[in-house]
Amino acid sequence: MSVLLVAEHDNSKLKPFTLNAITAASKIDGDVHVLIAGSNCDNVSKEVAGVPLVKKVLVCDSPNYQNYLPEKLAPLVVKVSEKYDHIVASANTFGKNFMPRVAAALDISQVSDIIKVNGPDTFVRPIYAGNAFATVKSNDKKKCVTIRPTSFDTAEKSGGSASIEKVEAVDIPNTSKFIKREETKSERPELGTARIVVSGGRGLESGDNFKLINDIADKLNAAVGASRAAVDAGYISNDHQVGQTGKVVVPDLYIAVGISGAIQHLAGMKESKIIVAINKDGEAPIFSVADYGLEADLFTALPEFLAELNKLNTIQK
Amino acid sequence: MKILVAVKRVIDYNVQIRVKEDGSGVHTDNVKMSTNPPDDNAVEESVKLKESGKVKEVVAISIGEDKAQESIRKALAVGADKGIHVKADSYIEPLGIAKILKKIVEKEKPDMVFLGKQAIDDDCNQTGQMLAAMLGWPQATFTSKVNLKDKSIEIVREIDEGLETIEVNLPAVVSCDLRLNEPRFASLPNIMKAKKKPMEQLNAKDMGVDLTNRIQQIKVEEPPKRKAGIKVANVAELVSKLKNEAKVI
Repeated sequence: MSVLLVAEHDNSKLKPFTLNAITAASKIDGDVHVLIAGSNCDNVSKEVAGVPLVKKVLVCDSPNYQNYLPEKLAPLVVKVSEKYDHIVASANTFGKNFMPRVAAALDISQVSDIIKVNGPDTFVRPIYAGNAFATVKSNDKKKCVTIRPTSFDTAEKSGGSASIEKVEAVDIPNTSKFIKREETKSERPELGTARIVVSGGRGLESGDNFKLINDIADKLNAAVGASRAAVDAGYISNDHQVGQTGKVVVPDLYIAVGISGAIQHLAGMKESKIIVAINKDGEAPIFSVADYGLEADLFTALPEFLAELNKLNTIQK
Repeated sequence: MKILVAVKRVIDYNVQIRVKEDGSGVHTDNVKMSTNPPDDNAVEESVKLKESGKVKEVVAISIGEDKAQESIRKALAVGADKGIHVKADSYIEPLGIAKILKKIVEKEKPDMVFLGKQAIDDDCNQTGQMLAAMLGWPQATFTSKVNLKDKSIEIVREIDEGLETIEVNLPAVVSCDLRLNEPRFASLPNIMKAKKKPMEQLNAKDMGVDLTNRIQQIKVEEPPKRKAGIKVANVAELVSKLKNEAKVI
């Protein structure tokens, strides 16, 4: 039997995390089918059909799905899922929103936020904010699984030619209404997918001082993150928050500046490939996870850091 | 209107988790427990809605061992009117919890169910959505702003891209994010008064729902430790290491 993956997109383009979810799905079962529910989403179907790991694309094009309201989306997924053993999606705010509705409708106990596939029914998932890893086996006949995108590689995007099949929409009464979406606009890469993240904490002392972080981020083409303390203090908006209650990031390079390293923050960044900590308190817990620690006053270190970066002939983008 | 607010007792968020050596779970003996943080936000918002006059009654429910009553008492101390404790001595998956909550909803007939977006122990993020699906109700997840109207509720939700505004018809399930509000502390007189508020006691076994766990926990282990890093002497050395050793810039 096959695996049904529900794609995340904006009706014109596929969201990048879906490609990570496709990789994870292919580890569960090679026969990966992708459901695209949207409105005027032809381009997305073509994009997904080109992903070599995808064997079939199912498209449900209807105004019902324009804004992915879970009350509408879940019944469609339930209907389409009949022939599948696994239903999967990304464990981000898209997948977390609708998948439990699907699981409940099918009387399935969902496996959330997996970071590893051990077999078709056995998965590894972080619990306690990543302070423990649980290996779990689902005894349900059909399985609902959400996937932590940053734990899987991005699937190759071109070279495939999956068939595209149309699916009828499911009509159910309206109980919810989409009003608006305010996307944080930024010239910088998205926090969740950036190759480099530069984060500031309470040590920055003010919102204005985040300019020091921004300058470094611009130089490195990095995303800007923050600790919960910095967000709570009002230095920066909450969509920058890295941690258990913010975003989990796994960049190649994470630079933590003026962040002490509370458990909550570490949960969101400690899987990064290289971690740099800049903090004037040499005992700060952040140093225990840092590959390179610099015990220094950030107000002198950051301008120096920028000056050193300016001296480099090339910087990887 | 009436709100049912669900709270869960979990290991306190400031406690460093210790994994048991036999891989069966994490140590909970003599570990500080408290209400799941976003559940505190759910209680606070329910109480605020009551104070605004739009809501008449707030009922706090918790499912778990006897000590779960501490979380209910805490909700009562900040303004909930009545408590319901559904006793369960072993772990129940979110699917089973949602089934129990559905039974309670059918009996209590609230207009809204408030709860935290996620519990910080099993990190499942399922119960609210499952309950909404079982009841055939709309849902609002990751809620950071609430505007209650006569027959609907307008919600601002925190999504990966930023913020989303939706309006859901009542009755509805609302899962709360940490930035929804600042939970208040209970005053000593209110803690005393809370002891006199009614607390209904039920047992999960008597709820008439299938609570068999479907997910078998094979083992729990510590995440791989990062290898110890080094301290660099100055910024120049840091940049040189990043460029030439780690090769990330």
